[in-house]
Amino acid sequence: MNTTAPSLEVTGLAYAYPDGHQALFGVDLTVARGERVALLGPNGAGKTTLVLHLNGILEAGAGTVAVAGLPVAKRNLAEIRRRVGIVFQDPDDQLFMPTVREDVAFGPAAAGLRGAELEERVIEALDRVGMAGFADRPPHHLSFGQRRRVAVATVLAMRPEILVLDEPSSNLDPASRRELADVLRSLDVTVLMVTHDLPYALELCPRSVVLSGGVIAADGRTQDLLCDAELMAAHRLELPFGFDPRSVTAPV
Amino acid sequence: MGAGHAHKLYRHGHSPVHALPAHCKIAAVFGFVLIVVSTPREAVWAFALYALLLAAVAAAARIPAGFLLKRLLIEVPFVAFALLMPFVAEGPRVHALGMSLSESGLWGAWNILAKGTLGVAASVLLASTTELRALLLGLQRLKMPPMLVQIASFMIRYGDVITDEMRRMRIARVSRGFEARGVRHWGVLAKSAGALFIRSYERGERVHLAMVSRGYTGTMPVTDEVTAGRAQWTSAALLPLAALAVCLLGWTL
Amino acid sequence: MHVPDGFINAPVSVATGAVAAAAVAVSLRGARRELGGDGLGGERTAPLAGLVAAFIFAVQMLNFPVAAGTSGHLLGGALAAILVGPCTGVLCVSVVLLMQGVLFADGGLTALGVNITDMAVTTTVVAYLLFRGLVKVLPRKRRSITVASFVSALVSVPAAALVFTFLYALGGTADVSTGKVLTAMVGVHVLIGIGEAVITALTVGAVIAVRPDLVYGARGLSQPLELKVTPVAAPAAPGAPRPEPVAAPVAASEAAPATEAEPKAPAPRSTKRVWLAGVAAALVCAGGISYYASASPDGLEKVAQDQGLDKQEKDHAAKDSPLADYSVKDITDARLSGGLAGVIGVGATLAVGTGVFVVVRRRRDAADAARADDRTPEQV
Repeated sequence: MNTTAPSLEVTGLAYAYPDGHQALFGVDLTVARGERVALLGPNGAGKTTLVLHLNGILEAGAGTVAVAGLPVAKRNLAEIRRRVGIVFQDPDDQLFMPTVREDVAFGPAAAGLRGAELEERVIEALDRVGMAGFADRPPHHLSFGQRRRVAVATVLAMRPEILVLDEPSSNLDPASRRELADVLRSLDVTVLMVTHDLPYALELCPRSVVLSGGVIAADGRTQDLLCDAELMAAHRLELPFGFDPRSVTAPV
Repeated sequence: MGAGHAHKLYRHGHSPVHALPAHCKIAAVFGFVLIVVSTPREAVWAFALYALLLAAVAAAARIPAGFLLKRLLIEVPFVAFALLMPFVAEGPRVHALGMSLSESGLWGAWNILAKGTLGVAASVLLASTTELRALLLGLQRLKMPPMLVQIASFMIRYGDVITDEMRRMRIARVSRGFEARGVRHWGVLAKSAGALFIRSYERGERVHLAMVSRGYTGTMPVTDEVTAGRAQWTSAALLPLAALAVCLLGWTL
Repeated sequence: MHVPDGFINAPVSVATGAVAAAAVAVSLRGARRELGGDGLGGERTAPLAGLVAAFIFAVQMLNFPVAAGTSGHLLGGALAAILVGPCTGVLCVSVVLLMQGVLFADGGLTALGVNITDMAVTTTVVAYLLFRGLVKVLPRKRRSITVASFVSALVSVPAAALVFTFLYALGGTADVSTGKVLTAMVGVHVLIGIGEAVITALTVGAVIAVRPDLVYGARGLSQPLELKVTPVAAPAAPGAPRPEPVAAPVAASEAAPATEAEPKAPAPRSTKRVWLAGVAAALVCAGGISYYASASPDGLEKVAQDQGLDKQEKDHAAKDSPLADYSVKDITDARLSGGLAGVIGVGATLAVGTGVFVVVRRRRDAADAARADDRTPEQV
């Protein structure tokens, strides 16, 4: 693996769905190794479309995506999907196996791991999200917050280069939300977090990019972006009532 | 798997029957039922012996009789049907309790009742001593196509999720003052069913995305290594072999 | 209709088991095509078919109240065939039956072949053939889809009853004359079929109103619209190899061109299958009718039996037998129910036959047109 290349490099990415609807109009985005970046944007900005390009589920109409120097292309798909771990919004979609253990094992097993090595990988991933005691439980017996953490573990088990989270804080109660934040902060992987939850972005991600109308409209320190009222209003981003991004000491 | 169902069907335990590999048990039960079905109905004592065999298995598995009997209720509808047969069947008639009954109808009723009940009891024993997940893997080891096993696994995994969605939709309907009372309300219910289909299908698409994202290429990685030794096959074969002996006796006597 | 162990003798059970296994094997291949389209098909089959099976399983628990405390529920064969295609339909209903048999002891293990042949294969295949035939004949409107759904679901249920009677005639263990079974089964199932038809038509209508692209049986209808849309997509991705059709079914549910080309691709093979199925259906119908001819009218007893058969079919999820009160009221007259059986038999034969011819003829035209259509997006 190329250790000097950024974790994620997107250049000039454009895409139109087969029905003619164009969702991306030339996206440029570079995420350095170890960075935590929030991807903000109103509904319909193309966030999901962008995410689906990162592991080659959608193929770029124009432009390129590279993960740790490896271009996303048909011949590399298996390796790309190992490197890019996407945590989808609904953990029920992600946890499709009968038990937590089998689900976490799915990715590494698909990559060819077996036996003790596989087991070790599973336990390690579950440990990192604090769910090691739940390995033999069926996913739908867990609380929503627990399921989301297991979903993160399913992806961590593949030792990804970059973790992509789609709305990680949605439907979580405040305690689960904090627990997930603790887990994410403790990981030493690159994180790209797609979210509407601006305080969460501020809490976890020093840097944010705003995707609007299929292009990157802004890119900078999360606190600076959230304090720019004009920018926020232009892209339908709103802070929760009573929340002042200036009053918070943001992590660097 | 699908413990939403499992807690009703599966009865946790550590008996020798529980410990047998699932595919041995499935093969044994299937063989047993097939033998029962092939037994001539006139050999009444043979069915009593079959029942004894099953009772022995239930005892070995420490499945209480009450549990078993409750699960047998699934066959009530066709018991009702069997009871009607003596009245509708053809052939010479016998008179009992002031009713004219068809002799072959009586035999037919006995045949269905006996074989059906034994079949249900055997299936119930299988389901209550084998975890769902193990059952599916067992079917796969018995060479059921892996794709079918996958489909069945997804059905079980998402059965609860979808039933839950259906329940939430019902609550939403009721909360807005709708109560389905007759044919006039079918339109609303059908709309719910339609919406449920769309949700299910779209969830299927999302699940597929999640799978592909983790390296799925059409086959499930097989991570279980359950194999059955000769001893296990032998003990599983006890049931159908004993049944076979009974059946052969039934044909010769 | 969940047949228990011991109802059909062992040889016929084994033979139907082989038939069912063959049908499922064919469907496994077909389902890849129906659910995936291009090379991606295999991957999508398991999750999508699994979710549809879960849907069928759930919807069988949805009670449709009839009147006075009785209620019915959907069997789902026709619905599955129309919504996701015949092969996926067969597969999903088969898996539901398998799970019901193995987990809930609902339907005997040895009768699994009978149950699958009857309830999974017959209902879906008959419903789908009839549906496609009607859609081709009727004007290209949404209403036609509803009408076609209604008719195909209506016929599919008594058709399954016919097949059941046929299997019963071959290997039934009870000494009830086949004629009686036929009249009772078909009579009751015409009524059940009406309920099934109304619910299926309404449900298909509800889906088509929101997501017409998800209704497999109606995919042909949206063709003209898609042709207009496709050229617009071209300038959007200049100079790129056109990967969209491949990625489309994965990402966008509205994925139009990819799905459009796909039902036609297997045209030659399915035409043959259409023929075979048509011939088989005709044979079954003919067999059934000849048995009917020898039936002795014996009104009340049949109805009593109707009830038994009916309840038996309905047992697993709904507690009470749907339309039960109707069947008592309406078929006390044996001649009437016998007549109904005959009419349905003849009707089904005619309908299937007509459907076959129309499908074959239209398919040939459509296949040519499709070839032209398929080329268009690639050349743009």
